[in-house]
Amino acid sequence: MKLIKYLVVGILFGIVMTKSEAISWFRIQEMFRFDSFHMYGIIGTAVILGALVTFIIKRVQLSNLGGSPIQINDKNMSVPRYLYGGIIFGLGWAMTGACPGPLFTLLGHGIPSILVVILSAVFGTYLYGVLRQRLPH
Amino acid sequence: MDTFIELISQPWHWSVSGAMIVVVMFLLLWFGGEFGVSSNLRTLCAIGGAGNKVPFFDYDWRAQLWNLAFVGGAVIGGFIGSTYLASPEPVDISMHTEAYLSTVGIQTPNTLSEGAGFVPAEIFALDQLGSISSLIILVLGGMLIGFGTRWAGGCTSGHAISGLANFQLPSLIAVIGFFIGGLAMTWFILPHILTL
Repeated sequence: MKLIKYLVVGILFGIVMTKSEAISWFRIQEMFRFDSFHMYGIIGTAVILGALVTFIIKRVQLSNLGGSPIQINDKNMSVPRYLYGGIIFGLGWAMTGACPGPLFTLLGHGIPSILVVILSAVFGTYLYGVLRQRLPH
Repeated sequence: MDTFIELISQPWHWSVSGAMIVVVMFLLLWFGGEFGVSSNLRTLCAIGGAGNKVPFFDYDWRAQLWNLAFVGGAVIGGFIGSTYLASPEPVDISMHTEAYLSTVGIQTPNTLSEGAGFVPAEIFALDQLGSISSLIILVLGGMLIGFGTRWAGGCTSGHAISGLANFQLPSLIAVIGFFIGGLAMTWFILPHILTL
């Protein structure tokens, strides 16, 4: 039953991704070609408002539903991991026009080929797990 | 109620979309989770039994089921969005992008009968699964997404939104990486793949 609330937020997320058109392959092309402000507006608004929300959560030490304070952990500093990993993800993002969230939402749109991308992404994650020890972090 | 449905069926302004993403982020934090979608790909590997062979997947994935419920919802949300809240018009893509794409064989839908404009039929239609361009894009693209997000420790949600909102330098480095890769693919590599 605890999972139901996450399912409901997920539904909201899927609707937001659809109506924002962030799931559109064309919108991602447009973004990387700098032809439209649309995607930058979405991400920019989310970062600015998100920073405000994050600041307030930390400031008032807001508790989660379980009663413990919300923890927003800092990420460990490193360059190669984020830069190289980021570049590889960026290559895939621009190719498929979808990041992990929209991949699942597009499946709900009834686009069967997306399943190929999702399975390949799971396999890519598996490959990372296999090669992890040999990669710089 | 009908007017409300009609109102939210319009394509949303970017500021509304951005604000709603933050609502989603806040709810996840408040429920005890966090906003990071790509972790699910690791969870799926772990559920599939990858932990028996690869230590990276040997962890208690049951604690991550909430995130899987979240993406399950994202699928349902996509269905609801396209079925009950479908836009009265297709995605309004910039003329410049449209003109460029037509030079590499991708037509942008301008009417609803041509498609809602979320993905190009030239790549994603089922009968394209036999074409070499489509296969490269779907299979290699997917693998790059899965490999890259886990190496970088997050994707658009975890780094570009949650991480930047928390002023994390690692997330900024990751986002710079996203753009180096994305720009290289869009400007230099993808045109060749599309015209194979």
